[in-house]
Amino acid sequence: MIPPQFDYHAPGSLEEALALLGELDDAKVMSGGQSLLPMLKLRLASPANIVDISRIPGLDSITETASFLRIGALVTETALEESEVVAERYPILLDTARVIADPLVRNRATICGNVAHGDPANDHPATMMALRAQMVATGPDGERVIGVDDFFHGLFMTALEPGEILTEIRIPTPGSAGGGAGGNGLRSAGEQSGGAYIKLERKVGDYAVAGAAVQLTLDDSGKVARAGVGLTNLGMAPIRATVAEEVLTGARLVARGGFRGAIDKMRDAITRAPDADEIINAAAQAAADATDPVADRRGSVEYKRNMARVLTARATARALTRAHTPAGG
Amino acid sequence: MSDAKPRTSAKICGMGHSMKRKEDPRFLQGKGNYIDDITLPGMLWLDIVRSPIAYGKIVNIDASKALEIDGVLAVLTGKDLEAYNLHWMPTLMSDTQMVLPTDTVMYQSQEVAGVIATSRYAAADGVAAVEVEYEPMKPVIDPFQALEDDAPVLRTDKEGQEDNRIWHWEAGDKEATDKIFAEADVVVREKMHVPRIHVASIETCGCVADFNPVEGHLTVYMTTQAPHAIRTVLALVAGHVGLSEEKIRVVSPDIGGGFGGKVPVYPGYVVAIAASVVLGKPVKWIEDRMENLQADSFARDYHMDAEVAADASGKIRALRIKTLADHGYSDAQAAPSKFPAGLFSICTGSYNMENAYAEVDAVYTNKPPGGVAYRCSFRVTEAVHCLERVVDTLAHKVGKDPATLREENFIPKEAFPYHSPLGWEYDSGDYQAAMDKAKEMIGYDDLRREQAEKRARGELMGIGVCSFTEVLGAGPSKDFDILGIKMFDSAEVRVHPTGKAIARFGTKSQGQGHETTYAQIIAEELGLPAAHVQVEEGDTDTAPYGLGTYASRSTPTAGAAGAMAARKIRDKAAKIAAHLLEVSEEDLEWEPGTFSVKGAPDKSVSIQDCAFAAYTNLPEGMEPGMEATNYYDPPNLTFPFGTYICVVDIDRGTGEVSVRRFVAVDDCGNIINPMIVQGQIHGGLTQGLGPALFEEIPYDEDGNNLAGSFMDYLVPTAVETPAWETGHTVTPSPHHPLGAKGVGESATVGAPPAIANAVVDALAHLGVTHMEIPIRPDRVWEILAAKGVAK
Ligand SMILES: Cc1cc2nc3c(=O)[nH]c(=O)nc-3n(C[C@H](O)[C@H](O)[C@H](O)COP(=O)(O)OP(=O)(O)OC[C@H]3O[C@@H](n4cnc5c(N)ncnc54)[C@H](O)[C@@H]3O)c2cc1C
Repeated sequence: MIPPQFDYHAPGSLEEALALLGELDDAKVMSGGQSLLPMLKLRLASPANIVDISRIPGLDSITETASFLRIGALVTETALEESEVVAERYPILLDTARVIADPLVRNRATICGNVAHGDPANDHPATMMALRAQMVATGPDGERVIGVDDFFHGLFMTALEPGEILTEIRIPTPGSAGGGAGGNGLRSAGEQSGGAYIKLERKVGDYAVAGAAVQLTLDDSGKVARAGVGLTNLGMAPIRATVAEEVLTGARLVARGGFRGAIDKMRDAITRAPDADEIINAAAQAAADATDPVADRRGSVEYKRNMARVLTARATARALTRAHTPAGG
Repeated sequence: MSDAKPRTSAKICGMGHSMKRKEDPRFLQGKGNYIDDITLPGMLWLDIVRSPIAYGKIVNIDASKALEIDGVLAVLTGKDLEAYNLHWMPTLMSDTQMVLPTDTVMYQSQEVAGVIATSRYAAADGVAAVEVEYEPMKPVIDPFQALEDDAPVLRTDKEGQEDNRIWHWEAGDKEATDKIFAEADVVVREKMHVPRIHVASIETCGCVADFNPVEGHLTVYMTTQAPHAIRTVLALVAGHVGLSEEKIRVVSPDIGGGFGGKVPVYPGYVVAIAASVVLGKPVKWIEDRMENLQADSFARDYHMDAEVAADASGKIRALRIKTLADHGYSDAQAAPSKFPAGLFSICTGSYNMENAYAEVDAVYTNKPPGGVAYRCSFRVTEAVHCLERVVDTLAHKVGKDPATLREENFIPKEAFPYHSPLGWEYDSGDYQAAMDKAKEMIGYDDLRREQAEKRARGELMGIGVCSFTEVLGAGPSKDFDILGIKMFDSAEVRVHPTGKAIARFGTKSQGQGHETTYAQIIAEELGLPAAHVQVEEGDTDTAPYGLGTYASRSTPTAGAAGAMAARKIRDKAAKIAAHLLEVSEEDLEWEPGTFSVKGAPDKSVSIQDCAFAAYTNLPEGMEPGMEATNYYDPPNLTFPFGTYICVVDIDRGTGEVSVRRFVAVDDCGNIINPMIVQGQIHGGLTQGLGPALFEEIPYDEDGNNLAGSFMDYLVPTAVETPAWETGHTVTPSPHHPLGAKGVGESATVGAPPAIANAVVDALAHLGVTHMEIPIRPDRVWEILAAKGVAK
């Protein structure tokens, strides 16, 4: 439980950090340290140099522009949880942050670190897939933007090059209701969107047995215009369940009569279309089929596949309800 | 049966007052003094190289790279210890265990070598740099396979050991029991495993060994629940290297949880002591979490095959249990010597039956040694789980409500003292009263109606009942000893001239609140305010000899000793009071804190007046001072009991079990501090919830520990823990001086079967009669899927 020796560097600016990464041999970026430090303490990683970016000013903001919610490299889970814009308009992000580890870890852990770590057991990657997020990598030659679909390459492997820092995550802004939209960041009038992340864990603070992130955008006729489905800890990399998305896209899940008519007094009960359950179940099954889990202490392959199904169905239902709740959330 | 009003005022704060814990100000301010807070001048660090494999030969240990690291001073191996004949040590069960191996490793994470360095960091780097070459062998992991004819004999070091059996133990009349089974209307049977778990106390184990080469004196600051016994063991095993008992001092400072896991001696302690003796400097050793979980003594691991014979109406006639106990590499339990299977023969529990027979076979496997009594009076947890589960199976089989079936089989309250078929004399009990209270608190009948409605809708809800009987307070000297030392305990009370007191005990609190409850006992008996009684434990140089704190024995033994010592002082005080009031002793009346003259209540002296007089104004011929000691040898054990009722809901999609409600009604006799008792029950219930739903240390076939860190060893947090609802009845112990019984462990014992019974109850209509603990969601889901009810 004591890390091997390393040299510690704490650059004061992004330029300095990038320069250090260029100069030093065997250097690792550290932001919150909540994945890296455990690996060091278990002596599973032994980089010669650690470049701690956590003191660099200006990287800790959450801002919403017309097209994107922009999450800086040093935004912590706690900051995400406390953000008003996130609570109002991106409840799926709040769902995700809340089920990560415990408050002590969340006070330090960053969203960018969570994604950059490339661990399929981490929760944010699935959500970022459902939201069609974009990763902004800054290297010696400047910025480049990587779509989430191209970002995760395998267990602890991402599109980031050595010497690059993930400086920002961009999430396309939502339709008129809560939840990010997915798509190109542009939206047509009358769209509504909602999303939800549901994680099954053995106890609080545990990594997911399985997790499902679903983001739905409905057009003004109530049909699903776009759907995003991401899955946690069900394969060697985070999974985007494209077939499930296809099943949902174009489907009418809400009873005719417009949104208002469909909203029940009860927040969680909307009037679904007669075949909505069937469609949701088909999508959930498609999500399960996209998984490739391994048996471990969290359960058998069969169990995990089924949990992908159950959680996708539940997350879809919740996303749908949220898309219909005018205040979002 | 009702709660008596406290006899003492709030100022005196004797029994029955919820006095705030005297130890808490220091704990809450982070001012406790734990092992790792102790730093001595010139102190060195020990860190331990551990085996990655479960079984194999050590071909070579190369320490040269470690010794090149700045700050690394020495690497100790089994061969080094062999030179002093310190490479083996006895366990408390008279088995043997390696300190460090000379040629073979027997379990994963076994201690292989000790690295001594000038800092914790250098020691850790040294450990990583020691190169050990192993020749792996095929380990024996499954205890059933361990007993097969072709299983390799693991303990080839033990002369005459021809197989992997450690011992066979049995209790009861086999023939008579078999006869009842042969003729019984109904027989039910369940096979079950109470799996290997770990106490996982917040503070891991550690010590600072400080050998003074000039004086030949050894002080060991150590995380131990039994400092006196440890000192004696050290004197016995290290006498040949010059350590004798008067030159050994064991100090047990504040302890961050023991739960039975800090009774044994672990190799790390011995290596630290050896290193300090060899180097003549203080040496500190502190385990990390993974070492603690992977190598220190486990608990439970009993495979039980239980049968109940009954008549057609469900009246229990007999119980038969066959058990396989997996002890790992060595029998390193900490049970009383004459009880290799602990107090497992309490397995007839709260029920009146004609006969019973229980047997246990213990085996060696390639797993860490142990079998400690985790918050449990020596195997009571296993016994209660087994009985309470199989009694539910009987209820379902004869179609009776499990609460009703229990009530119909309870030992009636008139039957106490009750002689159980397996030889115990239960001191007192009123099981129906606890059951009635629990049912009323939870609204039992309404819950059954709700369950029926939910079942009709396809929802899964279950109600589990457990009516346990505990056995604790080991114990009477005729039966109970550890390595020959009788299991009495002790108190030494000294009242100072100003009427304040110090009381020292042979036990050692690890969070139980002794500094408060013992002070309250003295307050009760002497009428001195508890706030004026300073309690000390844990230093063998100052505390009277005792066997320590585990198995809920502190109140039954040392607590009783405290009361008896206080009574001796009160007797002396009475003589002094008579002298001061110039009356004869017979003319005095005592009410806590004051002697007054019968019929003239304004003529009185306080206990403080008597204390002052004991030093200043004595009656002729009386020995000065005000001090008494008592070594208390209990006449019997005590038998607390209770009924727990649990309500669970099961998620048909995920298999998750949520404990919606849990009512615990305990009867621990007279209560010293109600708040502390409640705290003990809350903690105990949570430590019962853990093994019921979360905790387990499984091994793969190569002997790899699959839950060796808190990533996979799932200790419940506040989030998983339901809001416990507690209640109590009071049935005093007739033989304990205070009528108290002990309570530290009842809840850990009673909670797992209540929870398991609730889950099985939720699934009973599907034909489910048993589920193994921990009841993980994936296990539940597999049943739901098999029965076609998974959503
Ligand atoms: C007890 C515990 C429980 C946890 N449970 C969960 C959980 O349930 N779900 C979950 O999702 N996570 C969990 N985590 C992980 C936690 O969320 C991590 O903090 C997160 O995965 C990494 O974020 P970080 O800022 O701490 O990154 P660090 O630990 O600092 O870095 C992690 C990796 O990413 C790289 N990196 C970090 N930031 C950047 C960057 N800006 N650019 C490029 N590379 C970078 C580092 O080089 C390193 O390889 C848990 C952690 C702990 C300690």
